[in-house]
Amino acid sequence: MDIIESHIALPAAARTRARIYQYDEYDREFLRERVGEFRAQVERRLAGALTEDEFKPLRLMNGLYLQLHAYMLRCAVPYGVLSSRQLRQLAHIARTYDRGFGHFTTRQNLQFNWIKLEQAPDVLATLAEADLHSIQTSGNCIRNVTTDEFAGAAADEVVDPRVYAEILRQWSTLHPEFSYLPRKFKIAITGAPNDRAAIQVHDIGLVARRGPSGETGFEVWAGGGLGRVPLIGTKLRDWLDEPDFLSYMEAILRVYNALGGRENIHKARVKILLRDVGAARFIEMVEQEFATLPRGKFRLEPEVIAAIRAHFAPPPFETLPHAEATLARQVAADAAFADWVAHNTHPHQRPGYISAVISLKPIGGIPGDATAEQMDAVADLADRYSFDEIRVTHVQNLVLPHVRQDELFDLWRALDALGLATPNIGTVTDIIACPGLDYCSLANARAIPVAQMLSERFADLQRQYEIGPISINISGCINACGHHHVGAIGILGVDKKGEEYYQITLGGSAGNDAAIGEIVGPSVPYEGVVGVVETLIRTYLARREPGETFLAAYRRLGMAPFKEALHAAA
Amino acid sequence: MPLLENGRLAEDRFVVVADDAPLPSDAPALIAFARLQREAEALAGRNAALGIQVASATAPEDIAPFLDRVALVVVEFPKFRDGRGFSIGRALRERYGYTGEIRAVGHVLPDQHAFLLRCGFTAVAVPDGADLAPWAAALGRFRVAYQAGMDAATPVSLLRRRMALSRALG
Repeated sequence: MDIIESHIALPAAARTRARIYQYDEYDREFLRERVGEFRAQVERRLAGALTEDEFKPLRLMNGLYLQLHAYMLRCAVPYGVLSSRQLRQLAHIARTYDRGFGHFTTRQNLQFNWIKLEQAPDVLATLAEADLHSIQTSGNCIRNVTTDEFAGAAADEVVDPRVYAEILRQWSTLHPEFSYLPRKFKIAITGAPNDRAAIQVHDIGLVARRGPSGETGFEVWAGGGLGRVPLIGTKLRDWLDEPDFLSYMEAILRVYNALGGRENIHKARVKILLRDVGAARFIEMVEQEFATLPRGKFRLEPEVIAAIRAHFAPPPFETLPHAEATLARQVAADAAFADWVAHNTHPHQRPGYISAVISLKPIGGIPGDATAEQMDAVADLADRYSFDEIRVTHVQNLVLPHVRQDELFDLWRALDALGLATPNIGTVTDIIACPGLDYCSLANARAIPVAQMLSERFADLQRQYEIGPISINISGCINACGHHHVGAIGILGVDKKGEEYYQITLGGSAGNDAAIGEIVGPSVPYEGVVGVVETLIRTYLARREPGETFLAAYRRLGMAPFKEALHAAA
Repeated sequence: MPLLENGRLAEDRFVVVADDAPLPSDAPALIAFARLQREAEALAGRNAALGIQVASATAPEDIAPFLDRVALVVVEFPKFRDGRGFSIGRALRERYGYTGEIRAVGHVLPDQHAFLLRCGFTAVAVPDGADLAPWAAALGRFRVAYQAGMDAATPVSLLRRRMALSRALG
C-alpha cells in the first residue's frame, strides 16, 4: 500500500451539479481494485478453493444475497444521495442485468432481485463506472450510513449530516478491525431537531448539533434496533466534540467487537450487549476505551472536514423574490396540484426553493419499486428541476431536494404525466413493505400483496386525507426490514402451521418520540388483514379529538378501545 | 503449517510446548497463555524467547501485564467470522505498545490477510498445502486505505491525504 503523493488527482471537473461526494482517482482505483477482488473470489468459489460457508460473508459484503429464486444485489446509495447520472446507471443495470426494475429499500439502498452470480462482478464494474458500489450493504460489518432525505435542503437543519455520513462511509469502508463483527452494524445520523433518520432505532444514532459558540458536536445514541428484540437506543453522550467523532466510533465498535455475542445470531446485535451489561456499564466501557485510544491518530482535523464539506456546498441557488407568490397562485388555481403540494413537499432552507417528494407508492403498486424508464425519467427531471440531484428516503420514496417554487407546477405536471405524482406522502397508502415471501428466503409471509390490498382499500384520496398522517409498516418476518415495530400500525408476517398469519402492533414511531408498537389481539390470516386495519382506522376516526393523529389518539386512548373494536368485529 | 511473515514464507523458530512438558531452556518456546498465568513465577527467570497462545475471547488487558516477557503472541481464530482477534492485535500494539510478533492461527482466509497486517499482526499460519497465491494477491490488492491502521506502510488515511492536498494547494 505505497502512497505516492504525486498520484493524487484532483476531483474530476464537476460533470454534475449534484452535491454528491465527487470521486477522485484514488476512489476510482479503489473501486476497481474491489471489483477485481470480488471477481477473483467468485473464481475461487467456482474452482472450489472457497467453500460456500467461506464465500457467503465475502459476497454479502459485496451486497450479494441468495434469495428464493435468484441472487439479489443490494447497491449502496450512500446516505440516500444520488446524481442523475448515477440513477441512469442504475436504470441501465436494471435493463441489462435484471428484469427492468429495481426496489428502493428502508436503508435508502436499491436492490436488484434477479442477478446471476456469474454476472455479479460485471454489475459491480458497471456500478463503479458511475462511482457507485455495493460495499458493505450486507454482512456483519458497518453498513451503509443513512440520514435525513432532506439533508442540505431542510429548513429546520442545523448541521449538514452528509459531511459526517461521508466521513463515516470512508472510515468504515474495509475497516480492518471491524469487518467481522458479531452481527451487522447500522449507523444513522441527522442534523435537524426533527429526526427523519430514525436514529433511536439504530446500532449507533447521531444527532449533529451546534454548541454555544456555534461549534459542531454530536449527541450519541447506541443500542437501538428492530428485529427480533426491538429496543429504543440509549443516549451515551449529550455532546461529543467534533474532532473526537471517529475516536468515539472506534471506541464503541471496539467494545462491541470484543464483547458482542457470537454464539447466538439472535443475541449478537450491540443492543443485546448494552441491555445485558446495562447502560451505565456499557457507557463506562466505551468511555474507558475512548480514554485510552490514541486520539491524535483518529482526530478529525478541521481541514479534513472542510475538504469533505466542499463536496456538499450549496448548488448555485438563485435569488427568487416572487417564487412563493407564484406557487401560491398556482396552488389556489388547481386543486390536484394543491393536494400534491400539501403532501409531497418539504420546506427548504433557501427562499424560493422547496423539496419535492416523488411517491413510489401508487395505489395498488409495489412500495419502493421503480422501473428503468421511471428512473431515467426522474433523472431527467432532476437535471431540469433539481441541480441533477435525487434522494432516496427510508420510507421508500424519492426526493428532488432543490426545486424552484416557481417551477414546481411544471415539475408536478411532468410527474403526473409519468404516473409519479401520487399525492400520498405520509398518508395511509404511503406504506413501507419489505420484499417478503415473494422474494426473500427469510420471510414467513408475503408483505407486498398486503401493502397492495391496503393501498386499494384506502385508495380514495379524500378518505386518506381525512385519516391524516399515519404510518403502516409491513415486515414479512421478525427480522423487521419493513420496520413494523415503528409503524403507527405495524404488520408482521408469521408462520402458523404453514399458513401466513399477521401480527398487528399499534403505537410505533421512528421519530423523536420513538416507540416500539404493542401487539393488539391475536394474529390474523392473510385475508383478514385489511378488515383489521379498517376496524382500527374506523375506531380512531370515531374516537379522535380535532387535529389528533392516529398515533396521538392511540397514546391518549391506549390499547383498550382498539382491542374491543377488533374483538367485536371478529 | 507454513508461516507467512509480512507475506513472506518464514521459518517458525518457536517450539510448541505442551502444557505438561518442560520448556527448553535454550530455544524459543510457545506455550498456552493460561500456563504463563499459572507459572508466572517459575518462568520468571527464563532467558530464551517465550511465546504465548491466546484464545479469541481473551481480553487484551489480561495479556498486558505479561507483554514485557513475551516475544510472540499467537492469536487463535476459531472461525474466520470471529473478528475478535483483530481487536486483540490492535489493542496490544496501540494501547500497550507491544512491539513483538503477533501471529494469527486457525481459520483465517487470504481475504483477511491485509486486515490482519493493518491490525498489527506480523504473521499468519496458513494451512499445510495451501495455495499461497491468493495470500500474496491479497496484500497487493488495495493501494489505499480509508482509515488509520497499525501498518507503517499506510502512514496516513485517505481522509488525511485529502487534507495534505488541500494544504498543498493553499
